[in-house]
Amino acid sequence: MADRGARLLVADDNKVNRLLLTRSLELQGHRVASAENGRVALDKLRAEAFDLLLLDMEMPEMDGFQVMEQLAADSALRDIPVIVTSSLEGVAHVVRCIELGADDFLHKPVNPVLLKARVDSSLEKKRLRDQQKELVRRFATSEVAADLQQGGFALGGKRVQATVMFCDIRGFTAIVESQGPEETIELLNTYYTLMFEAITAQGGVVNQMIGDGLMAIFGAPLPVAEPPLAAVRAALDMIEMIELLNAERAAQGKAALAIGIGIATGEVIAGYTGTQSRATYTCIGDAVNVAARLEAHTKVARRGILVDAPTQQALSDRITVDALGAVMFKGKAQAVDVFAVPAAA
Amino acid sequence: MPDELIDRTVFAELQSTAGADFVAELVGTFFEEAPQMIAEMRSAMAAGAAERFRRAAHSLKTNAHTFGAMALGAQARALELGGMPADVGGIDALEAAYARSAAVLKELTRG
Repeated sequence: MADRGARLLVADDNKVNRLLLTRSLELQGHRVASAENGRVALDKLRAEAFDLLLLDMEMPEMDGFQVMEQLAADSALRDIPVIVTSSLEGVAHVVRCIELGADDFLHKPVNPVLLKARVDSSLEKKRLRDQQKELVRRFATSEVAADLQQGGFALGGKRVQATVMFCDIRGFTAIVESQGPEETIELLNTYYTLMFEAITAQGGVVNQMIGDGLMAIFGAPLPVAEPPLAAVRAALDMIEMIELLNAERAAQGKAALAIGIGIATGEVIAGYTGTQSRATYTCIGDAVNVAARLEAHTKVARRGILVDAPTQQALSDRITVDALGAVMFKGKAQAVDVFAVPAAA
Repeated sequence: MPDELIDRTVFAELQSTAGADFVAELVGTFFEEAPQMIAEMRSAMAAGAAERFRRAAHSLKTNAHTFGAMALGAQARALELGGMPADVGGIDALEAAYARSAAVLKELTRG
């Protein structure tokens, strides 16, 4: 059975209740820890992962109601299912527990058959929820997943001030042609792992991957203190990681990789586009076009990182850049001031 | 009839689901805890702490029901829901009921 060996926590200040409940659950094949009040229960929930909490309501120090309020306020603990075990009389108590997010309510003394049914049902619900979360996590970034969990899914965008980054591998076609497909996939996976790491560490969100190219947004869906600075720092980290990767590749007699990164800042419309059944988080706006053009221009300028004027101004000399002058880009009526960020020495 | 003090069906069911050895241990725990709950009721009453009194009565009620000590449970429940009593008569009666129920539980767990 899938739920065998689930990790459960029993919180009850009454020792007889606690021992009996623990015993019953252990006999059902679960691994059980116990806590003698709400405070201890919360500490344990924060210290290790549990699949289910069986919670008594009346406890000293911190009672069950307070525990449930704390769980609801903590995004890491919010999804742990709670079964209230109480002998409090009156429907009002039951209603309050359900309102606070309890999955179920068991009257004490707890009937072992009912206990098994309720626990199995809660664990199954949790398993499905976890599966769903895992899917969202795998196909979106954790920021987008968190945004979805918090605000739900809705197509449509909102105006935000953000910094957009495009990045790709220089001469990727030649690399693909020089090696087998398995090696290319492995290289791409390594490349993406390194780039994701650098981008998410600075609060950015990778929202598109096409071949060897990627697009990232800083400042949406979650706010970042200084999107332009975060994006440029991420870009410098990306270059550094590619250099480390190149050192490894050189040792294996493989050709070096080079990446080009374009960064632009401005107001964009960010949100979910697509259909109700298939959508991606993306953003639209002038900054997106400029970032894409700058990335393409890295080949011409022979520089790793190019940024636009709004990004350069926001750096306010914390990172020095070289002014390359104005460049006319396809599809743009006005010339764009281009700045190059030298890789850290 | 001392047997009336403990509902044999409830007790046998507890033994069959949790195991007789475990139940014997659990009864031992109850013997340690219950006198403390009764003492807590007395001290809460002396201090005029109605909530503490109610909680202790509530705890004893739940445990009594676990072992099938229905009469003891009913007395504890009356104290839990009845508010602070005017005198210690109710607690004295509860303590006596506990002593009788405990004697039967001891018999039942001996084997």
